[in-house]
Amino acid sequence: MIEDITIVGGYDKNGDKEPVEEITIKKGEIFGVVGPTGSGKSSLIGDIEQLAQEDTFSKRKILVNGEEPTYEDRTNPRKKMVAQLSQNMNFLADMSVGDFLNLHAKCRGASQVCVNKVVNLANTLTGEPIKQEHDLTILSGGQSRALMVADVAIISDSPIVLIDEIENAGIRKHDALEVLAGHGKIVMVVTHDPVLALMTDKRIVMKKGGMQQVVSTTPEEKALSQKLNKIDEVMLSLRDQVRNGEVIGNIKMEDFGIQ
Amino acid sequence: MRMVIVAGTPGSGKTAVLVHALRSLNERNLKSSVVKIDCLYTDDDQKFAKIGVPTRIGLSMDMCPDHYAIYNLEDMISWAQENESDFLVVETAGLCHRCAPFTMNSLGVCVIDATSGPNTPLKVGPFLSTSDIAVITKGDMISQAEREIFRERILEVNPNCKIIEANGLSGQGCIELAEEMLLSEDVSLDEEKLRHSAPLAVCTLCVGETKVNKKYHRGILRRIDGFQSYQGE
Ligand SMILES: Nc1nc2c(ncn2[C@@H]2O[C@H](COP(=O)(O)OP(=O)(O)OP(=O)(O)O)[C@@H](O)[C@H]2O)c(=O)[nH]1
Ligand SMILES: Nc1ncnc2c1ncn2[C@@H]1O[C@H](COP(=O)(O)OP(=O)(O)O)[C@@H](O)[C@H]1O
Ligand SMILES: [Mg+2]
Ligand SMILES: [Mg+2]
Ligand SMILES: [Zn+2]
Ligand SMILES: [Zn+2]
Repeated sequence: MIEDITIVGGYDKNGDKEPVEEITIKKGEIFGVVGPTGSGKSSLIGDIEQLAQEDTFSKRKILVNGEEPTYEDRTNPRKKMVAQLSQNMNFLADMSVGDFLNLHAKCRGASQVCVNKVVNLANTLTGEPIKQEHDLTILSGGQSRALMVADVAIISDSPIVLIDEIENAGIRKHDALEVLAGHGKIVMVVTHDPVLALMTDKRIVMKKGGMQQVVSTTPEEKALSQKLNKIDEVMLSLRDQVRNGEVIGNIKMEDFGIQ
Repeated sequence: MRMVIVAGTPGSGKTAVLVHALRSLNERNLKSSVVKIDCLYTDDDQKFAKIGVPTRIGLSMDMCPDHYAIYNLEDMISWAQENESDFLVVETAGLCHRCAPFTMNSLGVCVIDATSGPNTPLKVGPFLSTSDIAVITKGDMISQAEREIFRERILEVNPNCKIIEANGLSGQGCIELAEEMLLSEDVSLDEEKLRHSAPLAVCTLCVGETKVNKKYHRGILRRIDGFQSYQGE
């Protein structure tokens, strides 16, 4: 069982020691990673994905339950503890959604019943219904992302989930993050989006390739996150209406939950 | 001389992964010499030159690049010795899916592109099935689920290989390849053998026949229904 992971700081792009020397993330916590483009957000996520042991250019070290993971833990693909989702990921396999999920469930030793569950869950995250007989490669960006999220939540079921900038995908991102964080996982989400950033418990601020500081989300920010989520919901439903050829009437500020 | 033979389809990321791995060996004062075998064209020498690794190019032209590489191994080793290198690294084009250039005691590395679809491992033949290490590249572009299926497919074809998931752009995973290179042993070519015998071949097309009509063909001939015969002396 994984209770927590610890990131032991290394060096930034200038070779200076990172200001954040050590940070521990516990089961059930959601951490954000924020910072300008090129500040090293994806690299930090990458270090965690490969459970780096001072062997990447940042020289960071990742501990699991306070200890160094074994070589076996790090390299045996069947023991993979980390699931990752990023924006430039696409489905390229030439098969149907159903066949693909069946194959993946088989790989993971998961039951075939999962397949229905994954599709149903994915459909709660996107406005465009996904069917099992759809070809994977024709799915829209939103459908693909929704399916990946549902797959990670149900079939992959890794205790650590890393998410890299999925905000522009046209999915209910607030719900997506809840689905992923739900099952007592360790979640890290790289984002520029306040809806997601303010939903996290803490956020690591990146600068010049190094972890600059860790900011805790305030209660005010959490409340604001709820409001932002409502705005997001309205945007998504407007998006569906436009797509369906509907004429949009006026919208009221109450719809956004803002007085 | 330790010999690392790296095969993989064009554009799979062989050079990208090697550049990161060789740079990391360089930092430990271990020197490499690279030979790139391709068919018609390559600019890989420039990419290796950037990290200061001596590189030689061999173009096999109308010959199978693997046959050409194997015939020239001895010369490559002497050249790497002259450079006082610790490793001879051979990057080959891997266009011929029936041959594999790995020798018994070299480190055989197959680089395979995860975006090429989950059936690719079943198609590429001996350069995957006889490799020690399969490096999967471009995993950053597909979902975790697809990566896992890809990995299973590789293990179906080669249950004993070690799989390294690497990213040729960021260098992720490439240090693991360098670690495996460190574990490889010296090779002497005197009694060295290939892992996989070169394919059943030799028909008149192989030696320059261009006429299509069946009646001109000699040698080992196989019909599409599988019936095989030998025509000739
Ligand atoms: N997204 C992504 N691109 C990669 C990765 N690895 C390599 N590439 C890109 O793929 C292209 C081909 O990479 P090379 O390293 O030249 O491939 P190669 O196998 O050496 O190619 P040849 O020598 O021509 O057969 C380059 O544009 C690389 O930047 C990776 O892990 N992810
Ligand atoms: N600690 C570090 N040391 C050296 N280079 C780094 C470090 N962190 C990031 N980089 C380099 O900086 C570049 C941008 O990093 P990246 O993680 O892609 O940023 P972001 O995801 O924030 O846009 C990459 O080329 C990466 O290799
Ligand atoms: Mg990034
Ligand atoms: Mg190359
Ligand atoms: Zn051949
Ligand atoms: Zn022939």
